[in-house]
Amino acid sequence: MNAKKKLEVVGKSRRRVDARAKVTGLARFADDLTLPRMLHCKLLRSPHPHAIIEAIDVDKARAYPGVHLVLTGKDFPVPFGIMPVAQDEYPLAPERVRYVGDPVAAVIARDEKTAEEALELIQVTYRPLPTIASPQEGLEQPETRIHDYGEQGNIHRNQSYEFGDVEAALAASDHVFEDVFFYEGNNHMAMEQQASLAHIEGDGKLTLSSSTQNPHYLHRQMARALQMPASQIRVIACQNGGGFGGKCDPAGHEIVVSKAALMLGRPVKICLTRQEVFYQHRGRHPILMKFRTGVSKDGKLTAVHLQTLLDGGAYGSHGPASTFYSGVLTPVTYELPRFKFEACRVFTNKPACGPKRGHGTPQPRFGQEVQLDKIAAKLGLDPAEMRLNMVTQADSLTANWLKIGSNGLAECIRQVVERSGWKDKHGKLPEGRGIGIACSTYMSGAGVSIYWNKMPHSGVQLLLDRSGQVTVMCGATEVGQGSDDVLAAIVAEVLGIDTSVVRCVTGDTGLTPVDLGSYSSRVTVMMGNAAMEAAGRVHELITAAAAEQLDTLPEQVVMSQGRVFAADNPNHGMSFVEAVVLAETKFGTLGAVGNYSPPKQPGKYKGSGVGPSPAYSFSACVVETEVDRATGMVHIPKIWVAHDIGRAINAVHARGQVIGGVYMGLSEALMEEQAFRRLPPKLSAALVHRIPSMLEYKTLTALDMPDVEVMLVEDPDPNCPFGAKEAGQGPLLPVMPAVANAIWDAVGVRIDEVPITPDKILRALVLKREGKTPRIGPESFPEVPYPESVFVLPPGEGGDGNESKNVSRPSAQSSQSSHSRMEVTAS
Amino acid sequence: MGITATVPGKVHITLKVNGEEMEVSFAPYKTLLEVLREDLGLTGTKHGCELGECGACAVLVDGAPLLSCLTLAIECEGRAIETIEGLANGPELHPLQEAFADLGGSQCGYCTPGAIMTAKALLDNEPEPSSQRIKEAMAGNLCRCTGYQQIVESVEKAAGCCRHAERVKA
Repeated sequence: MNAKKKLEVVGKSRRRVDARAKVTGLARFADDLTLPRMLHCKLLRSPHPHAIIEAIDVDKARAYPGVHLVLTGKDFPVPFGIMPVAQDEYPLAPERVRYVGDPVAAVIARDEKTAEEALELIQVTYRPLPTIASPQEGLEQPETRIHDYGEQGNIHRNQSYEFGDVEAALAASDHVFEDVFFYEGNNHMAMEQQASLAHIEGDGKLTLSSSTQNPHYLHRQMARALQMPASQIRVIACQNGGGFGGKCDPAGHEIVVSKAALMLGRPVKICLTRQEVFYQHRGRHPILMKFRTGVSKDGKLTAVHLQTLLDGGAYGSHGPASTFYSGVLTPVTYELPRFKFEACRVFTNKPACGPKRGHGTPQPRFGQEVQLDKIAAKLGLDPAEMRLNMVTQADSLTANWLKIGSNGLAECIRQVVERSGWKDKHGKLPEGRGIGIACSTYMSGAGVSIYWNKMPHSGVQLLLDRSGQVTVMCGATEVGQGSDDVLAAIVAEVLGIDTSVVRCVTGDTGLTPVDLGSYSSRVTVMMGNAAMEAAGRVHELITAAAAEQLDTLPEQVVMSQGRVFAADNPNHGMSFVEAVVLAETKFGTLGAVGNYSPPKQPGKYKGSGVGPSPAYSFSACVVETEVDRATGMVHIPKIWVAHDIGRAINAVHARGQVIGGVYMGLSEALMEEQAFRRLPPKLSAALVHRIPSMLEYKTLTALDMPDVEVMLVEDPDPNCPFGAKEAGQGPLLPVMPAVANAIWDAVGVRIDEVPITPDKILRALVLKREGKTPRIGPESFPEVPYPESVFVLPPGEGGDGNESKNVSRPSAQSSQSSHSRMEVTAS
Repeated sequence: MGITATVPGKVHITLKVNGEEMEVSFAPYKTLLEVLREDLGLTGTKHGCELGECGACAVLVDGAPLLSCLTLAIECEGRAIETIEGLANGPELHPLQEAFADLGGSQCGYCTPGAIMTAKALLDNEPEPSSQRIKEAMAGNLCRCTGYQQIVESVEKAAGCCRHAERVKA
């Protein structure tokens, strides 16, 4: 755009484009769809956490009145999985089940009730195998292998990276702090249970309408598992009733109903029950972490050695990426000259873990931010000041070669400190009340696609015609975050029209250009940049046509508020519709495409593809607490959060994303647990979910939620559309550690694990009264056979981004090395 | 009425939904949620658990919010059922719908119908609820997107608009 105008759409608080459908009940979610002759599918799931399927007898089920089809693992010979290196799942387990809930058979019947009744008639003979309940058990029992692929035994992924000589830096540090933390797994618990409807179109092609965040990856995996050309399959992502990462993985049930529709020639629908959703899972990985952190006496970081151990559950899912994310973003928040990161993901006989809001990052964020609080206390520094003194800088490179663009973290810290009255409160509130701070960073989109290719990450197509209607098509998927509104707003801003003029067609592989999906907070940046390009091209066509009519230069033509006119003579112009007619007359059928690929990143070592992003968002959070010393109950009166969003595309909904992230973080911090228990051996020794219901899986309600004060820090990032970075995931990250730090300030106990429940606080208070270390958390970190590190020199030490071979350095296994200044900060 | 054939295994009753009398045949064990969604095509009412835990299926029966997943449809014969589909007056949205749309009370939209119907029952009975009262009334409607704050703000704004409309009428 040449002729500059003030922003008219972007940045304003607007009713989002899909709001009316949602408040009237017209929004169509997958389970709201019905088709003539539709049949219903139900899945039979394994009652064993680990067993060989010796036989399945489906004859009685097949013969049951109203049953049309029964499928088993034999019908699905090809495995699938979202990551090319972890395609280890079958739609129905063919010979082995790996968790309680693993689907083994499907019944397709005239209604759900009939299908459920027929499930009871299927006889499965299982031979139970020994079970693995935790990563520690998985490491100790390598002979009980859950999968026959992976690094060794039950280790799925195992990796080690060292950026600069960390042992030397720790040895030269004024202080070294060592802490172990645990973060329990939790479920997305999106309000909508996953549903899918498959049917065959009149032209013989398969269409699947589904609750999915990633129609593109689902499309690819359906083609693989069904052994069909992808061109014969159309995946429509319906309105999603929340995602949070839970609808990222292609799911077995989506492939099962597709196969059934193909075989029967009739529509087939499935809707998971809430219990099934808890077992389908793909949620937050339980992670045990150890931080060894060197600091100078003025509280600057010298080096961090981070070790993580992930409980992966029964399948690969996004695991290879999750393993990386349990550490790679650690150096982005604070200046960190050297960094060593070892991570190991172990298979267990529980539902597979995967991506949940923050994907792998909340766990180490919790660990690092709580450890920093301990360091500040030990060194007598103000935790907010200490953080402010070491924030990373804009336009800098981290030790692991991530390129940071804009960076508003310092401003975020200043704003939460100011608004919360931090200086008058920290360490000064009466016993039982406290205040804590924490910060974080998140990506605005993963720099590399999940499967290797050099094609665009997002494509947008615009169609206009003489009616003045503007249709914008993109594979991006609305999961509730407002991506359709962002798309409409960007097109509307460039073309000088209202969002109500724009029709969004999204998340449909049959109609829309490829966008990789709603994950990694990528949509605003990637779809937005693609939309900017497409709309910019249309802008050129319209201004060129209008310039002739207005007898001026195209650069002088302004498109604003539904009008097209010359900059120097605003009264001389035409309506947007008239300008479109001129452009269609001059150029023929009107439209344009735009696309986006993230910039190349400086890291060149193997594994450097995870972590880079076109832009990073930053957040700071202050939490105030009141702790009841008699019950251990925590009351949170208020939370202040500042988020560096670059620019808010829609102010009211950007604020909503931030509050929603804070809510989910607080709920995780205080109560959410996807925890399992072993049934007694005489019952089966099965590993079952403790609480697979919305009543018992505790989350915050409207009554529990504190007031959240949101500050949006707007420092536009040049890589982003109108400067807009992400807001969907980052603001969750600092909440959990800020809660833990506030509890320390209130009652002087450390809870080094999430969730922070009243029983843990009470136990810590008892320890405190008894004069013992007032801390609840993991006592030790196990021996993990991490591999030899990939050694990469940091940018500040003359590296070029490649692995440095033949560099003399301490042994990769020297993590237990002792030196005189080691301090164990278990308090 | 003409001849009503009796379908084996089904009951045939008239339900009054959003002021309209609707005849419907269904298996007697079906919940109001199932009959609304599956037999009457009113899919605006959602479900998150079908166990009475989440509030997504809330509708009004004789003005009171009720979990349609725990209510047998045959119990509702002769009672006034209100669902999200009946809330707008033609093209004109109800103040609660306006407020939820304008203030971010709805993100993914899945809990929205249940939340709005619950809020309507509150405002019909208490035109000036405090924010604490709103939180209490909405505590049974789980939402995973909004953190509830913008839902509470939406209900507060709608309450103000409803009162204003009453004053204008008076």
